[in-house]
Amino acid sequence: MWLRRRGCLRPAGCGVEELRRRRREREAALRKARREQQLISKRLLRDDAPEEGEGGCVAVILGQAEIQQFLQLAQRGTEEKERERALVSLRRGLQHPETQQTFIWLEGSMRTLVGLLTSNQALLQLEAARCLHELSHSEQSAVAEACLPATSYLLTYLSGHSSDFIELCLYTLGNLIVESEAVRRQLLPQGIVPALAACVQSPHVTVLEALGYALSQLLQAKEAPEKIIPHPAFCGSYSQLCFCWQLCPRLHSPTTHAATVATWPKAELWGCCGVCLVPSLHHLQVNNALLITHGALSTLGLLLLDLAGAVQRTEDAGLELLACPVLRCLSNLLTEAAVGAVGEQMQLRDERVVAALFILLQFFLQKQPSLLPEGLWLLNNLTANSPSFCTSLLSLDLIEPLLQLLPVSNVVSVLVLTVLCNVAEKGPAYCQHLWPGPLLCSLLGTLAFSDTEVVGQSLELLQLLFLYRPEAAQAFLQQSGLQALERHEKEAQLQDRVHALQQTALHG
Amino acid sequence: MQLPPAVHARLAGGPGAAEPLPVERSPKAGAAPFRFTARQVRFPREHEFFEDGDVQRHLYLQDVLTQVAGAPERPRVPEFTCQVAGCCQVFDALEDYEHHYHTLHRNVCSFCKRAFPSGHLLDIHILEWHDSLFQILSERQNMYQCLVEGCTEKFKTSKDRKDHLVRRHLYPADFRFDKPKKSISPATPRATVQVSAEALGAEGEQAEGDAMEVCSEPAGERHMAGRRIPPTICFGQGASRGFKSTKKRNKHQ
Repeated sequence: MWLRRRGCLRPAGCGVEELRRRRREREAALRKARREQQLISKRLLRDDAPEEGEGGCVAVILGQAEIQQFLQLAQRGTEEKERERALVSLRRGLQHPETQQTFIWLEGSMRTLVGLLTSNQALLQLEAARCLHELSHSEQSAVAEACLPATSYLLTYLSGHSSDFIELCLYTLGNLIVESEAVRRQLLPQGIVPALAACVQSPHVTVLEALGYALSQLLQAKEAPEKIIPHPAFCGSYSQLCFCWQLCPRLHSPTTHAATVATWPKAELWGCCGVCLVPSLHHLQVNNALLITHGALSTLGLLLLDLAGAVQRTEDAGLELLACPVLRCLSNLLTEAAVGAVGEQMQLRDERVVAALFILLQFFLQKQPSLLPEGLWLLNNLTANSPSFCTSLLSLDLIEPLLQLLPVSNVVSVLVLTVLCNVAEKGPAYCQHLWPGPLLCSLLGTLAFSDTEVVGQSLELLQLLFLYRPEAAQAFLQQSGLQALERHEKEAQLQDRVHALQQTALHG
Repeated sequence: MQLPPAVHARLAGGPGAAEPLPVERSPKAGAAPFRFTARQVRFPREHEFFEDGDVQRHLYLQDVLTQVAGAPERPRVPEFTCQVAGCCQVFDALEDYEHHYHTLHRNVCSFCKRAFPSGHLLDIHILEWHDSLFQILSERQNMYQCLVEGCTEKFKTSKDRKDHLVRRHLYPADFRFDKPKKSISPATPRATVQVSAEALGAEGEQAEGDAMEVCSEPAGERHMAGRRIPPTICFGQGASRGFKSTKKRNKHQ
């Protein structure tokens, strides 16, 4: 069984400062890659723990002669153990980029490896697959693309039964998928989509996770909206839905967990599966109307509830990342639901979603504040056109927690204020609950910010508040509100509104 | 961020929507110079709004190292033998046995004992190799189905199917799970060895090696002898049709 561990591929033994510096570098590299639309990450399964305390990698660089020797031994050795050992040695060598290069340029090497992959010695097969997996993980295109002769077999094995083997094939395919359009141009006609669809039936959660990985890599491809999603194999509402929506409820149902991995806490399962799996939902946004008619909103809502529950029970890393795709999916789908002629029963109405979202926001604040904007964006989409959800915010006493988020960042402040505007603009019945209360004081605080957008949004909120709750204007004056406004009288983007508010406050 | 206890209680409660407070808007709300309107916002997937979330996700992915449990950690069970008749493979870990079983014993043709990687391929094999009705029907209509799941094309001959696999589905010309059924006939030893070599590697037959490997002599003999040798007897090193060699196989670590 594969053991999941959040380990580090880099040698330990470097100081905390060094680790932080590396992390900052990696982050910067990822941001740059994303802006250039080159953001891809591959998954690696490996059975050797990195050596502690040694610099550099443990992989041995193998020369041509050695590779040939190992291949021959694996193919024709007399002793089974000997053959296995040869392949294991080859695999270890293939962890090193130089060995990988030597391997792919050696004539007949891939052919031999594919032969071993399709042999009937189960363990040789597994080792050969692991060799391929190492190659697929390479950052060098030439190395990954050298694996192409094996893809038809990897796909064939997806309809097999050995869960570890299928998992390995899926991760290898996922790595290859993300490599280049050339690779995908081969995989699509080879039937990757139906092959992946077949894996949905697997009772093994680990296979589902691997499937989610492969699927999300496929759907993230640049050409996905034009070439992959409309592909005949993907087409047809039913197959598309069976495909992805079976995954969600399957992960949600308690029986899945109980049956397969009884030893893992449910939250960790979520964390593992969802990071790979749910992003693929986000990328399948093209056919949103169909997703909605099949109950996507409520399923996603339930997922959110489950997440909030998990977050309360455990501190597992990665959970906040699972939340991200769910939030995005739900948030974007809500905009579809508004536009399309969606039936009443398909709308999202469950108040618990708001409760769940706030639990997640609290979690984000502790673990990963950079995810707060996405959570608040969902809150905006929930409350903008929904008196019911706005009422929930009030009845569940969530205004004050919301205000506590104001100091986090300018982006967060603007979003918080926008949500509050959503509530306030619904009229006097709503503003009655906004003042008296801590809101006014917070607004006086945000007026002191230098960011124009934050101040602008504060002014909008004040206008609504004064309009529907004139007494608030009085309190505002008494708390030196005018002075707070004066600061911005000269600001081009703000002065008209500042002036208008001053008039309203003074003359009603 | 402090959440009131009502929130946790609500989460644990049943589904339901809040009864909305009455909405009553004034036309002055959001009027110039103000501009607020409540509206939902949609972001396309490439939008920079998602940058932080994406970066965090990839940092996490890069950090995650999925490891196979090392040998000493794997649960050991008392040594046991594969229960399938004729297979002497010994195991002391369940995972090893699982993969062995699925590879060699799960999708096995009951007629010729060949093993296949999936039920789908096994079904096709039985149909094409062991079903006499198939032969009759295939003279009149296209019966050879495409091997790729999801493709519904059928063909008159297995060669036509292979051409289709290569051209439409970009499969390798020597795809190992698509060997045409070969009739057993005496042939020159050399040719026989060649044929045997292919057949052994093809259709997942229970033998070692692959199509590229030149077979040793005994295997050639076996093939020439064809059906007259009872299927439980096998010659040649490792050819595992029927009983394995009597010496105990090494256990898998």
